[in-house]
Amino acid sequence: MVHEINIGPDPEELRTRSILYIEDVYKAYGDNVILDDIDLSIAPGEFCAVVGPSGCGKSTLLRLILGQERTSSGRVLLNGCPIGHPDMDRGIVYQKYSLFPNLSAMDNILIGHKLRMWPWQWGSRKKDLTEKAMVFLGRAGMENHAHKYPHQLSGGQQQRVAVIQALFTRPKILLMDEPFSALDPGAREDMQMFLLELWEESRLTIFFVTHDLEEAAYLATRLVALSQHYSDERNPEELAKRGAKVVLDMRLRDVGAAAAPHIKSTAEFGALIQNIRRDAFEPGYRQHVKDFSLTHPHSFRTPSSFQGGQQNT
Amino acid sequence: MKTTRLLGLHAAPGVYLHWVLAALPFAFMICAYLLLSHRMLAENPNAKLLPSVGKMVESTVRLATQPDPRTGDYPFWTDTKASLKRLAVGVISAAIVGLLLGVNMAMFPGLNSMARAFITFLSIIPPLAILPVLFIIFGVDEVAKVVLIFIGSVFVITRDIYLATAALPLEQVTKALSLGASQLGVVYRVILPQVMPRLFNTARLTLGTAWLFLIAAEAIASTEGLGYRIYLMRRYMAMDVILPYVCWITLIGYTLDLGLRMWVVWRYPWYTK
Repeated sequence: MVHEINIGPDPEELRTRSILYIEDVYKAYGDNVILDDIDLSIAPGEFCAVVGPSGCGKSTLLRLILGQERTSSGRVLLNGCPIGHPDMDRGIVYQKYSLFPNLSAMDNILIGHKLRMWPWQWGSRKKDLTEKAMVFLGRAGMENHAHKYPHQLSGGQQQRVAVIQALFTRPKILLMDEPFSALDPGAREDMQMFLLELWEESRLTIFFVTHDLEEAAYLATRLVALSQHYSDERNPEELAKRGAKVVLDMRLRDVGAAAAPHIKSTAEFGALIQNIRRDAFEPGYRQHVKDFSLTHPHSFRTPSSFQGGQQNT
Repeated sequence: MKTTRLLGLHAAPGVYLHWVLAALPFAFMICAYLLLSHRMLAENPNAKLLPSVGKMVESTVRLATQPDPRTGDYPFWTDTKASLKRLAVGVISAAIVGLLLGVNMAMFPGLNSMARAFITFLSIIPPLAILPVLFIIFGVDEVAKVVLIFIGSVFVITRDIYLATAALPLEQVTKALSLGASQLGVVYRVILPQVMPRLFNTARLTLGTAWLFLIAAEAIASTEGLGYRIYLMRRYMAMDVILPYVCWITLIGYTLDLGLRMWVVWRYPWYTK
């Protein structure tokens, strides 16, 4: 059976244009396939949110980009170069453990610069960098908390410091793994505003993993959904060996443009959430591989995506 | 709702009662001693087993304030100084080696593969069983005693620091790398400062066994030291010296433990939150 398939833009061209380029990526732990042929290309300045049911491999994908884990096959390129172990190109904010518990908020922000200098070089830069860090802390409304240890800060304050800490060394791409998931609703909304502000200003590329669909649709310019609930040409007995694929990839707004907070209450926003929830989150709703709604202009698939799975997993 | 002062899960003793209760076992012990001592001495004024308090104070004061006619030293203080020096050198060197070994083993898988089984193996050798070997190799001087304390402490410290380091979230390493740290920077400037308070707590626990090895080594071959004096006095059944010495050792140990605990609270406020 042959389907007419639109495989999207030319991968060669995307590879040179995008900051992050992921091609034919598989990740399996033994027999357990987590990621099943992921193709993804992200343009500079994009705020890309990745959603999906729990256990679908969102965080695994993030760790592959971070270099904390290796792909089983396929490649991940950052600015055209294969990624290696974690380094300064990729900043990271975790849900917790982002801050070093033995350092004050200020020292947590400064440590990136400190670690790259010999102690005797630090003296001449300290004043300048401390002032810069203080400006950031001021914007987060935390001037008076600079000398507190992380355990003396609230969850929201900790994550603010974590975001500043990650941005302070100017990474090429900022990875965020459920950064606001442990916060109460009020703190979470403040954090979202704070992050959007910094993002608009710095023109940073952000790769944001969350299980909260509303958060993703509000923050991101591009929304990617991963899911293991789909159907393809593979035998039913291979069903168990299926990992998550990109089942939805859509453009939400222009790169560089943050959404206004009030859109959350509009009817379109509600309808959008409903659609995405059905496509990506409902186990009973299985789209065929060829029917995925990959409408984002940078969305692409290599021919292997349609050959019914990988042999070497 | 009724809250008891003393008994049950929900008891709330209050500050005053707390201190009274804490003092009770001590008071009981002292009273029991005084009573038994009094009875024994009433039967036989020359009994040596449970000397009177006056006798103990007299003997201690004599050792602390009257120079030894042969050497000119004050035995109580030379003993204390000699023992504390051995203890300090042994435990501090064990702490430094244990810290470096433990942290590096936990951080570098290559070193871990090589060293872990070996360290575990060495840690099971009873240090006292190789004391004769140490005396043969290092002679009966200071070195053998310090080495015994070192061997008795270093593996426990290494293994504890290893566990503490391995238990730190992996995110901290990734995070430090993503902020631009080098591999050595991660180990020595990010991870090591985080396990320092654990080192002091481990040292507190290790001091107990360190005393054991110190006194054992001093008992066998020494010319001064708290353990030496106790074993020397045993020959004369001089309980009026032995008991104060035991109390003195206990007091020093308690002070060291308290000092280390206060140091951790003061120096690492983020650790005991």
